[in-house]
Amino acid sequence: MPAATIPATGDLLRPGAGGPGAGDGSFGGDGDGGRRPSPRARQTHRLGIWLGLASVTMLFLGLTSAFIVREKLGGEWAEFAMPPLLVVNTLVLLASSAALERSKRALAGIVPSGARPAVSGVEVPPAYNTWLLAAVALGLLFLVGQAVAWQQLSARGIYLSTNPHSSFFYTLTGMHGLHLLGGLVALGYLTAWRGRLPLLALRRRTEATAIYWHFMDGLWVYLLLLLFVWK
Amino acid sequence: MAGHAAVMEAPTGFIRKYIFSIDHKVIGIQYLLLALFAVFLGMVLSAFMRLRLAWPEEKWPLLQQIFPQGFAGGPMTPEFYLAMMTMHGTIMVFFVLTTAPLSGFGNYFLPIQVGARDMAFPILNMLSFWITFVAMAVMVMALFATGGAPIAGWTSYAPLSALGQVAGPGLGAGQTLWIVSIAIFCVASLLTSLNFLTTTLNLRARGMSLLRMPLTVWAWFTTAMLALLAFPVLLAGGILLLLDRVGGTSFFIPGGLVVSDQLIPHQGGSPLLWQHLFWFFGHPEVYIAILPGMGVTSHILSTFARKPVFAYKAMVGAIFAIGFISYIVWGHHMFMSGMSPFSSMAFSITTLAVGVPSAIKTFNWLATLWGGQIRFTSSMLYALGFVSLFVSGGVTGMLLAQPAVDVALHDTYFVVAHFHIIMGVAAIFGIFAGLHFWFPKMFGRMMDERLGKIHFWITIAGVYAIFMPMHYLGVAGALRRYAQLTEFDFLRPMQPLHQFITVAAFVTIAAQLIFVFNFFYSMFKGKRAGANPWEATTLEWIIPSPPPHDNFGPIEPVVNHGPYEYSVPGAAKDHIMQTAPAEEARR
Repeated sequence: MPAATIPATGDLLRPGAGGPGAGDGSFGGDGDGGRRPSPRARQTHRLGIWLGLASVTMLFLGLTSAFIVREKLGGEWAEFAMPPLLVVNTLVLLASSAALERSKRALAGIVPSGARPAVSGVEVPPAYNTWLLAAVALGLLFLVGQAVAWQQLSARGIYLSTNPHSSFFYTLTGMHGLHLLGGLVALGYLTAWRGRLPLLALRRRTEATAIYWHFMDGLWVYLLLLLFVWK
Repeated sequence: MAGHAAVMEAPTGFIRKYIFSIDHKVIGIQYLLLALFAVFLGMVLSAFMRLRLAWPEEKWPLLQQIFPQGFAGGPMTPEFYLAMMTMHGTIMVFFVLTTAPLSGFGNYFLPIQVGARDMAFPILNMLSFWITFVAMAVMVMALFATGGAPIAGWTSYAPLSALGQVAGPGLGAGQTLWIVSIAIFCVASLLTSLNFLTTTLNLRARGMSLLRMPLTVWAWFTTAMLALLAFPVLLAGGILLLLDRVGGTSFFIPGGLVVSDQLIPHQGGSPLLWQHLFWFFGHPEVYIAILPGMGVTSHILSTFARKPVFAYKAMVGAIFAIGFISYIVWGHHMFMSGMSPFSSMAFSITTLAVGVPSAIKTFNWLATLWGGQIRFTSSMLYALGFVSLFVSGGVTGMLLAQPAVDVALHDTYFVVAHFHIIMGVAAIFGIFAGLHFWFPKMFGRMMDERLGKIHFWITIAGVYAIFMPMHYLGVAGALRRYAQLTEFDFLRPMQPLHQFITVAAFVTIAAQLIFVFNFFYSMFKGKRAGANPWEATTLEWIIPSPPPHDNFGPIEPVVNHGPYEYSVPGAAKDHIMQTAPAEEARR
């Protein structure tokens, strides 16, 4: 059996070529040894990230159910008004997502030359770099903004244990922040490795990271609605 | 095939090969060894419990020297008993029943059985093991925490678990470590299940259609789905519980609570909320423990009865049905906790509905055996033991599913008997069955059949001797979670039964040494195993024992047959390998 007919199964096995936690089984798909790039490697990344997000969804659904139950119990539930800074933060996060999307699309146009895709590092298009860095900067800015919002609230005397609403506010925004931090680690990985990854691998990872990042956007908007609009 | 060698070069250094390995087979064995350590630890803890229950006032000078606090004054203190109970349950449920059947065997055999060379994300796979390892280490630390191990039970019901040291010994640092360990475990389980699902969906060999997958794969797949969606809810609860303890919040702590003569400054939380979050995870968790055992049992019954699994599609459907229903039955753990009768009835009906797919499985197992040429290997005996235990443990579930009956029995040994038989012992028999079946593949040597059979007979007699009498105890009103039952006049006549159970438990525990000896002795000195010692049909049996680093070497498996083609009329042999040429069946 000639090597070229090895299907995608083999692709997903090449161990160890990437950074930790990047979900890296799929290096072989980038076409070493004359093998075809695997369409399944891309699917595998997408599936993996969506399954992870299903789990994240359950985490926040669990917290949401606790929120709703606790709110209905009433008692000393005292809702504070949304700090205006959160609106700015929301816009920053949405902008970050848009930037990452632009960055991802900068890779979409490039077709690997010849029948085989590039094996070693590609010339990454400048637009990719610019927008990726913009996404990272905006993401960091969002986290800083969140920290400032926490600061402002505690200056007003609203702490984690002040009342159930504030408890949920800090818990939910904190959990969201932690997840966003994970996304930033992935973005940092892309930033650091973008010149050394094969094109298709870079594209797959950017795509997976973008899915996660957009999801965090949606999650943030959902949490805002839950915390300050939902009655 | 030069290109191939470059793709799957085996690591050579000791650390990359055995410690931080990304080979799913090594990771599977790492999980199994972790579970082996955990099961012995858990068993020792249960021995302490049995000691106290049988002879509550007896003094144990030797133990007093080892545990001066736990045996302060001579007899075991009730707090020490509760700590043993909590840690026994926690370690067994998380680090044995979740770890061995799913992460252990699943890691080793799922990729091979679907024809992949590794998991979809090998590095995440390695991380999942080491994160589990950290979780285990933190849990063991809880045993030695200042103030003792936690005493709130494996369910860690709030507010007891939420208050800290004021509520009792072990509820300070010990309980915090408990929550942290469980949270870490949740993360590891996400990585595992993500890998299982992606690998099953995306990395199957050519020809391995979904309905040609062995039932083991279906079971691991469904279990992974349960774990993926159930553990995050436990994590959510765990985070809130931790914040109640260290952040001063009141998610689970009600107002006006007076504990140890102190008014607790929290207000407005709901202890019931913790129970909902916990059991929304907790019930699927029960199936996380048992479903892989069902898969393994189907696989082994078919192999050693030399017959196809009866009604394969119905078996797949039943696995899915059980998995789905497991999400809508959690309320049956809370009939006693205050629940509207309407909710109780709904949960009762969904719970009873589990009986339907369970019965489908049981009858299909019997039909698989019917008329087969049964080979009574030790692995087959364990699989048959699984069926027996699944029925005995499942039937009592139907009784407990009824709120009116449950109210009487819920806090008694009847429930202890029920969940130990079905979730604990049956799952353990699934593990034993799988281990005896796959040992030759994993280590290239056979386990000793005679020792395996001796171990089987003592163990099955032992576990029934331990858990059957607990049903009587429960009906007689013996309360679970109590360190001492002799203080109730009406329970004192039952004490000899408790002593009988304890003796049976000690004998059964001792018999496990036979297994341990067999396991390690066979690993080095057992009879050499060929590629396919059981004449089985699935993909793991077409490759050498133990398999090479890339599982299939230069061959790329192409699947032409279903997983259980035994005794096909007109075929040359009594079994057709999944990779056999398509026309072989008709030859």
